[in-house]
Amino acid sequence: MAPWNRQVEEMPPDDLRRLQYKLAKALVRRIYETSEFYRRRMKEYGVRPDDIGSLADIGKLPFMYKRDLRDNYPDGLFCAPKDELVRYHVSSGTTGKPTVVGYTRHDIENWSESLARGFSSCGLGRGDVLQVSYGYGLFTGGLGVHYGAERVGATVLPTSVGNTERQIELMQDLHTTAIACTPSYLLHMGEVAEKMGVSIRDDTDLRIGILGAEPWSEQMRSRIEEWLGIRAYDIYGTSELSGPMFTECSEQRGIHIWGDLALVEVVDPATGEVLPPGERGELVVTILQKEAFPMIRYRVGDITVMDEEPCACGRTHPRIRRIQGRVDDMLIVRGINVFPSQVEHALLEIPEVGRHFQIVVDRKGALDTMLVRVEVSEEAFSDKITDLMVIKKTVEHRLKTSLNVGVDVELVEPGTLPRFEGKSKKVVDRRSL
Amino acid sequence: MEKSYIVKQISIFSENRPGRLAAIASALRDAKINIFAFSIAEANGFGVVRALVDRPEDAHRTLTDLGFRVSFTDVIGVKMRDEPGGLSEVASVLGDAGINIEYAYAYSGRDGAVLILRVDQVEDAVRQILDHGGELLKASLFR
Repeated sequence: MAPWNRQVEEMPPDDLRRLQYKLAKALVRRIYETSEFYRRRMKEYGVRPDDIGSLADIGKLPFMYKRDLRDNYPDGLFCAPKDELVRYHVSSGTTGKPTVVGYTRHDIENWSESLARGFSSCGLGRGDVLQVSYGYGLFTGGLGVHYGAERVGATVLPTSVGNTERQIELMQDLHTTAIACTPSYLLHMGEVAEKMGVSIRDDTDLRIGILGAEPWSEQMRSRIEEWLGIRAYDIYGTSELSGPMFTECSEQRGIHIWGDLALVEVVDPATGEVLPPGERGELVVTILQKEAFPMIRYRVGDITVMDEEPCACGRTHPRIRRIQGRVDDMLIVRGINVFPSQVEHALLEIPEVGRHFQIVVDRKGALDTMLVRVEVSEEAFSDKITDLMVIKKTVEHRLKTSLNVGVDVELVEPGTLPRFEGKSKKVVDRRSL
Repeated sequence: MEKSYIVKQISIFSENRPGRLAAIASALRDAKINIFAFSIAEANGFGVVRALVDRPEDAHRTLTDLGFRVSFTDVIGVKMRDEPGGLSEVASVLGDAGINIEYAYAYSGRDGAVLILRVDQVEDAVRQILDHGGELLKASLFR
């Protein structure tokens, strides 16, 4: 799909890095001069704006965490004068205080520009009717997507969430071609539509889904695409970074992060060490042009892998892979970072076992042990112990290759492993007892 | 011909923890299915319960409905003389014919001793046993 801003989106990587350096240096100078918080923080770490002599020097700056937002509630991190602000968004504080983010007019424009590029890259533009079924209001999803879609010239149908039957009627009456919502809400819509006798595939013009704001998988994508007859694209962002900000392109192979707007790093969640592209770790984002609410090396808490290989679409900006979990879910086993999502992905590729699993971490003497319980699939069940032992060894080998840590596998009876999502039952850590 | 001696054994995956055999056995009892012979093979953490029952199809369905992983396996039942040398006779016939025994278990019933065998070449095994004057359980016993 044709770029929205070809000059920027297809910028040679070296030029992009030079631009990022220029923007980063200006950003650091600006926040040092305008913000009490950043000045104090940088002094604590002994970093001055002049110390940023290359793009890599951004690594001298301290990380920021969610707690910095909470500690400075409501506006201690703002770097623009109050009368420059044109909007606030507020995230629901699931733990403790909510967090407030603010935007200047220029910030809103960059946010919309970012989404305009993303929407264009998945073929959404003038002539499309985009139904925005993200919540409008304090949440960034609805208004963020709304402004981005208007920017590309799409017609926005701002339905917000809820009243699903009405949404389906409007989808038919106003010929919605694209929808932005959570993947689970779209699946819900598909079910409600079927109960109403409406097939989204056959009875609507829907062809694109812009889906995010919750974790989802490739399996879920295939299911949505096949069932509803649409192309489903991943969208990524958090309120700290503005809101939903970046999407996949029509290649559907990772989310393009516009390098002139954001500098991304992937770090080891335990040590903070910057990891090379291709290695799994925690996403760290610096928003380069934000005026009201800059974020410097913000530890998002999401686990991903950075990909700097050129994309087949021609855009030169780096990509991140689908978010693979939260740092909070990470286990450290014998010094190695292990994510339950890695186990899940490895198991999906082993047909002899089911997709459900349970991880049990324990300690024998000074050594951590990791046990993964899996169910033998119906097709693979053999009554020969040797065949079952081969399955056990195969899974152990595949998990060891994928996790870099030795794993014991236990074959269990079908239906005995926890079915629902969530860390509480999927991981049992006995080491602290 | 050989096929009429090939018996459907049910094999059930079981975790190695208290109560699992009881769960299987009481499910078969409730379905009024009679067990002729059975054995448990165990590895670390799990095992396979193998059984010859009077109604294998019903047993398969009953246990599958309860969530067990169940499969059918082709085995043969060779009648043995219940005296010294009985097993030796049967084993020698198969060994001389180059047929490998993957596993075996035996029971001694009202009509004498029976050796249940899973072999790598089941039809050859049937032929060899019959050619050497041996006697096999009929598959029609298990319906």
